[in-house]
Amino acid sequence: MSWLSRVRNALPFGNKRESPDNLWVKCPGCGEMLFTQEYEANLSVCPRCGHHGRIGADPRLAQILDEGFKLLPAPKVKEDPLKFRDSKRYTDRLKAARANSAHPDAFTAASGHIEGRKAVVGVQDFGFMGGSMGMAVGAAFCAGAEKALAEKCAYIVVTAAGGARMQEGILSLMQMPKATVMTRRLKEAGLPYIVVLADPTTGGVTASYAMLGDIHIAEPGALIAFAGQRVIQETIREKLPEGFQRAEYLHQHGMVDMVVERKDLRQTLATLLDYLSPAKAA
Amino acid sequence: MISYLEFEKPVAALEARIAELRAASEGDDVDISAEIKRLEAKSAELLASTYASLTPWQKTQVARHPMRPHFKDYVEEIFDDFVPLGGDRYFGEDEAIIGGLATLDGRKVMLIGHEKGHDTQSRIRHNFGMGKPEGYRKAVRLMEMAGRFGLPVVTLVDTSGAFPGIEAEERGQAEAIARSTEACLALPTPMVAAIVGEGGSGGAVALASAERVLMLEHAVYSVISPEGCASILWRTGEKAPLAAEAMKMTAHDLLELGVIDRIVEEPAGGAHRDRRETALALGAAIAQELDALNKKSSAALRKMREDRFLKIG
Repeated sequence: MSWLSRVRNALPFGNKRESPDNLWVKCPGCGEMLFTQEYEANLSVCPRCGHHGRIGADPRLAQILDEGFKLLPAPKVKEDPLKFRDSKRYTDRLKAARANSAHPDAFTAASGHIEGRKAVVGVQDFGFMGGSMGMAVGAAFCAGAEKALAEKCAYIVVTAAGGARMQEGILSLMQMPKATVMTRRLKEAGLPYIVVLADPTTGGVTASYAMLGDIHIAEPGALIAFAGQRVIQETIREKLPEGFQRAEYLHQHGMVDMVVERKDLRQTLATLLDYLSPAKAA
Repeated sequence: MISYLEFEKPVAALEARIAELRAASEGDDVDISAEIKRLEAKSAELLASTYASLTPWQKTQVARHPMRPHFKDYVEEIFDDFVPLGGDRYFGEDEAIIGGLATLDGRKVMLIGHEKGHDTQSRIRHNFGMGKPEGYRKAVRLMEMAGRFGLPVVTLVDTSGAFPGIEAEERGQAEAIARSTEACLALPTPMVAAIVGEGGSGGAVALASAERVLMLEHAVYSVISPEGCASILWRTGEKAPLAAEAMKMTAHDLLELGVIDRIVEEPAGGAHRDRRETALALGAAIAQELDALNKKSSAALRKMREDRFLKIG
């Protein structure tokens, strides 16, 4: 330990995260210092530049669903099936992620209503190991779909993930066809399946259930991609175009139906559910 | 002339010695055939023992071997009357993913798979087996056609991954892969997938969401390349051997995990040492699987396929 860090650690401030509950946050878009309380009251969208910040499962569910929604129990899955270890044990990484989360993994589903319309909503939390898709995420996605099938209502999924959870190796890859089995069942049952693509949605998540919705809604500025930008740059050695793989770019290229600001999301979903009424399906 | 992999060097040295002796013995009166025979036996034994205990990283090298049989070799060796079908009807023709009508020992099938190419020119034409959206959309088109005409689908998977490039992203690589996976799951006819070389991530699973998944003995199948995994988790690509080990990407591991259903053995020293024998063994295994699936109804096939993936993890 250098003298500098020794002195720094001895100072009573602690690190930023532990300061009186983050009174201020810095907007990742424009760098403006914002009052946390105001920022959160504004749905974690910067009032100055409109940057849509990443949010966890609980605030997201509360933003979309009417009060009184019920969380679905998190399905039990085999933990660390490969006994994976890189510089740390996977089980230790899971423990650390759980210590910072109210939920046991990166996908949380709830059933309730959106402006009075019945729906099941699943939310992927980028804050939990980058939202990465492993067996727990796949199982929770499927449990949400099962609930929508049982309740004969719409399934809405908010995606956010760096991709597959590498610590589960091939088993994370197998979540792609697994989730697709469920999106097909929703389709066959005539139930609407709506995807809200939040920042960032990449890799195997994009290449499976995030791109199989009846309707794709993207949040402004969200990164939505199959391959990561670094990988693409290393492969083609060209400069990437302005706004590449952002929500607006995907809208231009026909991959999403609309880009919707967070403040309008709930109402947009409600309107869509009115049109795509499950009762009308055969 | 075979190109030797790093870990095959001792075998290479022995084989060079045998060739030397052979050359020397020609026109020579001294009979050294006994010595040659002894060395040959030793070399074969060494090759067999080397290949019996390959590490996951060594298997990755074997799976990527430039001489490994590719799609076109299998077409030549085990399929008759192949009629290639081109284009996705939206944008273009992608030669990284080839498909068409084919006959496997009397069985009419829709055959789809990745082709990596075998020399610089063909590798570029086939984009090193890295499919673009139009390739996956062609696969969807062919699978849907197969369903309509009651043809079983056979896929040969061999890709390092779907192409990561600007135009692929622009045209919806992720959507194309997702739809291809969906098309596999929707098939009303039997589907048998075989991982014959590299099964690289989403680009592989898009053609491998079948009710029966076979894998060649030294093929690999993983969520990301060992180099990619190492550079993310270990922050250096040099730890690829460790990543290969940790990810459990060999046929043996995947059989145990229930990700694949059957291992097709390769000839001694790997598929690249006898492409014909490899192809024949694979063809026989696929034919056997198809015959077993043939008796099942569409509903039973779909259920079998769905259960297979719902059960995993």
